[in-house]
Amino acid sequence: MLPFKRNKTANETANETGFFSKLRAGLKRTGSGLGQLFSGRQSIDADLLEELETHLLMADVGIEATTQIIDDLTARLKRNQINDPDSLRTALREDMLAILEPVAQPLVIPQQKQPFVILTVGINGAGKTTTIGKLAAKLKQDGHRVVLAAGDTFRAAAVEQLKVWGERTDIPVISQPTGSDSASVVFDSHQSAIARGADVLIADTAGRLHTQANLMDELRKIARVLGKQDENAPHEVLLVLDAGTGQNALAQAEQFSEAVNVSGFVLTKLDGTAKGGVIFAIAKRFGIPVRFIGIGEGVEDLRTFNAEAFVDALLDVSATEKNAS
Amino acid sequence: MFSNLSDRFEAIGKRLRGKGRLTEDNIQETLREVRMALLEADVALPVVKDFIADVRERALGAEVMKSLTPGQAFIKIVHAELVQLMGEQNDALDLSTRPPAVVMVAGLQGSGKTTSIAKLGRRLIEQDKKKVLAVSLDVYRPAAIDQLQRLASEVGFDFYPTDTTQDPVATAKAALGQATTGYYDVLLVDTAGRLHVDEEMMSEVGRIHAAVQPVETLFVVDSMTGQDAANTAQAFNAALPLTGVILTKTDGDARGGAALSIRQITGKPIKFLGIGEKTDALEAFHPDRVASRILGMGDVLSLVEEVERSVDRGQAERMADKFKKGQGFDLEDLRDQMQQIKRMGGLGSLMDKMPGMGQMSQQVGNQLDDGQVRRQVAIIDSMTPDERRRPDVINGSRKRRIAAGAGMQVQDVNRLLKQHKQMQKMMKQLKKGGMKKMMRQFGGGMPPGLGGR
Repeated sequence: MLPFKRNKTANETANETGFFSKLRAGLKRTGSGLGQLFSGRQSIDADLLEELETHLLMADVGIEATTQIIDDLTARLKRNQINDPDSLRTALREDMLAILEPVAQPLVIPQQKQPFVILTVGINGAGKTTTIGKLAAKLKQDGHRVVLAAGDTFRAAAVEQLKVWGERTDIPVISQPTGSDSASVVFDSHQSAIARGADVLIADTAGRLHTQANLMDELRKIARVLGKQDENAPHEVLLVLDAGTGQNALAQAEQFSEAVNVSGFVLTKLDGTAKGGVIFAIAKRFGIPVRFIGIGEGVEDLRTFNAEAFVDALLDVSATEKNAS
Repeated sequence: MFSNLSDRFEAIGKRLRGKGRLTEDNIQETLREVRMALLEADVALPVVKDFIADVRERALGAEVMKSLTPGQAFIKIVHAELVQLMGEQNDALDLSTRPPAVVMVAGLQGSGKTTSIAKLGRRLIEQDKKKVLAVSLDVYRPAAIDQLQRLASEVGFDFYPTDTTQDPVATAKAALGQATTGYYDVLLVDTAGRLHVDEEMMSEVGRIHAAVQPVETLFVVDSMTGQDAANTAQAFNAALPLTGVILTKTDGDARGGAALSIRQITGKPIKFLGIGEKTDALEAFHPDRVASRILGMGDVLSLVEEVERSVDRGQAERMADKFKKGQGFDLEDLRDQMQQIKRMGGLGSLMDKMPGMGQMSQQVGNQLDDGQVRRQVAIIDSMTPDERRRPDVINGSRKRRIAAGAGMQVQDVNRLLKQHKQMQKMMKQLKKGGMKKMMRQFGGGMPPGLGGR
């Protein structure tokens, strides 16, 4: 067993304020918190708008979404709907929420006969296996019977990595040796999940760049094989995105959606200085739900995505202000 | 990977082409386009700002006015600026130390460190015939050590088994001990992925570095990284004396702006590109090539040649005129030609750029290296205008004066004059063959013997 060096202490449990302050701590680490922009200002000038634009761009929000937000704020300024920095901040918050709120839909696992199949996909190193480990633990806690499919049969020791997670959380991992056919592992796992009476199957897949046509075909095959078992499977296709990814995340979202019909996103590694702003661009363009965010390596560091908490963390609104409002 | 950014620049280039000259206004518009393109390519905002400032300065300077078409001049400026940003050269691993040479990698989670170690190992074994030992200090991520062990046996380098209950620093020291007693050439040290804001982990990697004293400390970074590349690169650069960067996952379609940002912020060379998942998918980094890909050119040579050719067209036409009027090829013309060579990046690079120049390039290269070109230009500069136009007036006393002025010997002046005479003679022969033929043969109007085309 590997040391659990970075497991969190008990007082850092999953209560809302703990999560909120942690997310905020992560997002404001660069010291370029958007919130600081508004403090100590008496009036709105062109500089403030330009700085705002700068901050949005530096958070990876991207040109398109940034321009839309700034244009809207400028228009509201002209109509005198905004007249001081405070109302500008409120307006900005509204605009950002308007983009993210529609996609803040948590993953709901319905009661059904066949196991609910979650297929996780993404590029290399995005954090798929870690996310699966955390998600499996979470679902188990919620009373689900979970089975894991070690579908990454390409990368050296990927199967072992998932098995360690399985041991940690006491969840069965169905695997075949590295180099075997991924679709066949997933097929076996589905059979096994039914045999064990599990209600959730989470399938890992090898990381792949969305530009590699043959590997994308392999994903299609996995989805097809699952579809033959249960015409509604996979019930959820989770695309795992590294929050540090820039505008290329859009291309990833597009290509993976095209191949396997992505139904939800997981935004990982938000505990660094990456802001994950590209999620705004993705939300605007694809409207696919954002299910979870990853804010650490501990089992409890996978959180349900909350648009308000995310935007407030970006805007650096203090927890007390938020509670008061 | 840079295709979209390339398209973008290509579109900008096309729009500018055909305009009479660059004015402050149309530069403004184009610079905004460049800014957008760079931001969409995930170049860090501060880097973009510097870039825009530089390009603006250059575009409004004299360089643009001299050129023939503003579009080409603009592309040239953007290209030159990009190349400058990417660094000047491709650096290989520097392993010149008493063996074992330690090569260490560090970076964020999921950037591709372990895969890169395997690729480096393979390269060291196959290309450099080194005896390689590798150790993984990642006791945190499940099965990370297994991963390196598998890759080691697949590629064929030795693996130091890590005891996960031990402190990584102690393991690193023990592995170095084994590398020394086992007469290994290289010890590859894989470290755990870590966030640059995790103080404990950053201090650990610092201690590992101090314990094994690597000759190469490589920062491994995902080419798809967004604006945050600036923060992470800065933090890792501050925590570790980095010697270079490995840019991974470049076989995707990311526009690769991170490459520009990291290079600019750390000042450290990007040494390798990861271009696939297999262990042989590691490529040396060529800044000029990447810059041209950004510019939308197949390779840098086609661009430089195109631009340089157009820059030279004015001079070539003037010279053609001269010949038509029956005037000779004087020393001033010789100097112009030499300066053109210098502008194109010296003889060596000029020769390399020219297909079918192999033999001639060797011949001329021996006869005339870049330093010689510079010295010969200095000699001509020391002459009076009259002497340049009519070299026949140069007598012994003038030669002594010219040599002193250029800091050269009289023999050097003689050699130059003799060379010029030979060229004149060849010019005359060619003239008989017809001007058109000569210009076709020598493209931009380079004199024979100087490696013209």
